[in-house]
Amino acid sequence: MIETRQLTKVFRDRKRGAVCAVNALTLRCEPGRIYGLLGANGAGKTTTLRLLATLLRPSSGSAAVAGCDVVREPERVRSLIGFLSSGTALYGRLTARETVEYFGRLHGLAGAALPARIRELFATLGIAEFADRRCDKLSSGMKQKVSIARTLVHDPPVMIFDEPTLGLDVMTARAIVQFIRDCRQRGKTVILSTHVMSEAEKLCDRIGIIDRGCLRVEGTLPELRAQYGAADLEDVFVRAVGGES
Amino acid sequence: MSWRATRIVFGKELRDSLRDRRTIISMIVVPVLGIPLLMFGVGALTVKTMMKARAEVPRVMVVGAENSPQVQAALHDAKNLQLVPASADFTNAVVEKRVRAVVRLPADFDAAVARGEPSQVEIFEYQGDVKSDFAAGDLDQFFSNLRDTTVRERLTARGVPVAVLKPFSIQRQNVAPPAKVTGSLLGGLLPYFIIVLCLTGAMYPALDVTAGEKERGTMETILCCPVARTSLVLGKFLMVLTASLGTVILALLSLSGTFLFAKHVGAHSLPPAVLQSITTLDPGALAGVFLMLLPVAVMLSALLLMVGLIAKNFREAQSYAGPLMLVAVVPSIAAALPGVELNYRLAWVPLVNACLAGKEMMTGIWHWNYLALIFASASLYAAAALAAAVWLFHREAVLFRS
Repeated sequence: MIETRQLTKVFRDRKRGAVCAVNALTLRCEPGRIYGLLGANGAGKTTTLRLLATLLRPSSGSAAVAGCDVVREPERVRSLIGFLSSGTALYGRLTARETVEYFGRLHGLAGAALPARIRELFATLGIAEFADRRCDKLSSGMKQKVSIARTLVHDPPVMIFDEPTLGLDVMTARAIVQFIRDCRQRGKTVILSTHVMSEAEKLCDRIGIIDRGCLRVEGTLPELRAQYGAADLEDVFVRAVGGES
Repeated sequence: MSWRATRIVFGKELRDSLRDRRTIISMIVVPVLGIPLLMFGVGALTVKTMMKARAEVPRVMVVGAENSPQVQAALHDAKNLQLVPASADFTNAVVEKRVRAVVRLPADFDAAVARGEPSQVEIFEYQGDVKSDFAAGDLDQFFSNLRDTTVRERLTARGVPVAVLKPFSIQRQNVAPPAKVTGSLLGGLLPYFIIVLCLTGAMYPALDVTAGEKERGTMETILCCPVARTSLVLGKFLMVLTASLGTVILALLSLSGTFLFAKHVGAHSLPPAVLQSITTLDPGALAGVFLMLLPVAVMLSALLLMVGLIAKNFREAQSYAGPLMLVAVVPSIAAALPGVELNYRLAWVPLVNACLAGKEMMTGIWHWNYLALIFASASLYAAAALAAAVWLFHREAVLFRS
């Protein structure tokens, strides 16, 4: 479960002064459901996810991940989440196994539990055949698999995806979409940010449209269509952010 | 914070760095191969060039030779000089290196000398040109000898003993032990050398684990782990320090190996002064210099880590690290200058203090009160730099600067 109340983040910028990247955001993501945060570039999606991942500290308001407050228990929150972004963000000079091992150890796994978990993950994701190859020698699809394994090594109950398919080829993007669905099936709480309407339509149980840091509207896809009398999510989005009168 | 996490991060960063060609070059290849190359390559080349220049019989010109046929004849007979016909543009001839030096004899030179009147011989040279310098030196020597001979002949003719010109002689004696002489020569250079190596070894890894991680997107990933940021930054710092000290240790080992080789095998390719220096180095002083520079290595590693953290990407970090290198090297050069000596005020100036302490130790002077004060102040600066790096690693504006 992810829950935010009046979550706000203000950045101080020398040139622009105070910039409110996230403004009084209140949302709720349930376990076994996918919440899609839809917004244009610079709308505040990544900042919201970084606040949930405790990478940033809220200026005001609150957020709880699996019942843990992001300000009071940041380390506990980080132990409960898996964070996957568009870039594979791997260490090129480490092998796939070393990478997953490293993150497993940082998540507190040790002894026989770690190799067992790695074996299980590698078998599920089909990494075993290239487990001992350096990450910079892997194809983008292989890298994405390693990245998923790294995210799942501690089996987190909450998954955060920041534009997970951005810049990926069709096959890799499909694999990621399937992986997100699997997370839902396994009862994980999933929140993802995207600006790809089709992806949100296909995946999300609930969609929040964010614009200039504010949550403009929220609901299931049928609810949003009905509310705006729109044929598809793109129309909903455009009307919600006031792009067309 | 957790030391376990710090250990894990340190281990990963070390493994990652040791697989990086650029780190290997700056940490291992440059110090291990660079020093022998510098000593034997550059040293041998310098010796060879000088010997070649010395062996050359320089072309010289005599302007106003008609004023002294005697001098002209003597110069003509000199085996170490090759006379060429005089020309009106003799200064240009020197500048254009057609001749190495020119001597101009004043009008009526022989007659003036015979009358005992003062006369001036001018030598024209190309300052800064070794071959011209040698030629001018040879001419100088020739005329000095001629002058001495003339004086001796006049004294003899008047029945005055030649010794009247030199009522006593002066002889300078060195009483400093050879190790201390070597220390004086190398004392200023060694700390400077170590500081440059500390920076060289630490620079690439420091920027890679900070700005490089930001650029590759791995910084965000690592920050999502349930580990305190202090543990993460300390793990990274320890790796940078290891690279820095590793570079220095490898360089010192390479230096020792080179010295041993020079002593036993390559003696002929080194100038005698250098050879004497390397055979009389005090290992205790060397260890003292290394110890004194430990907190300096900590400070420089932390500063480089800060530079990498502040930068948005690797390229920006490199452009910040360049001036930092300069800022760090200038005080060590200042400390190496002759005449700059340790005092209580300088004992507080970062880098200068450790370099001066190193210089003193290398010359065999162990002012324990100064050494303690310098070690304490250098440790204080190192702790402050490390604390600043840890503080920066907690700043959102720094970690997510875009």
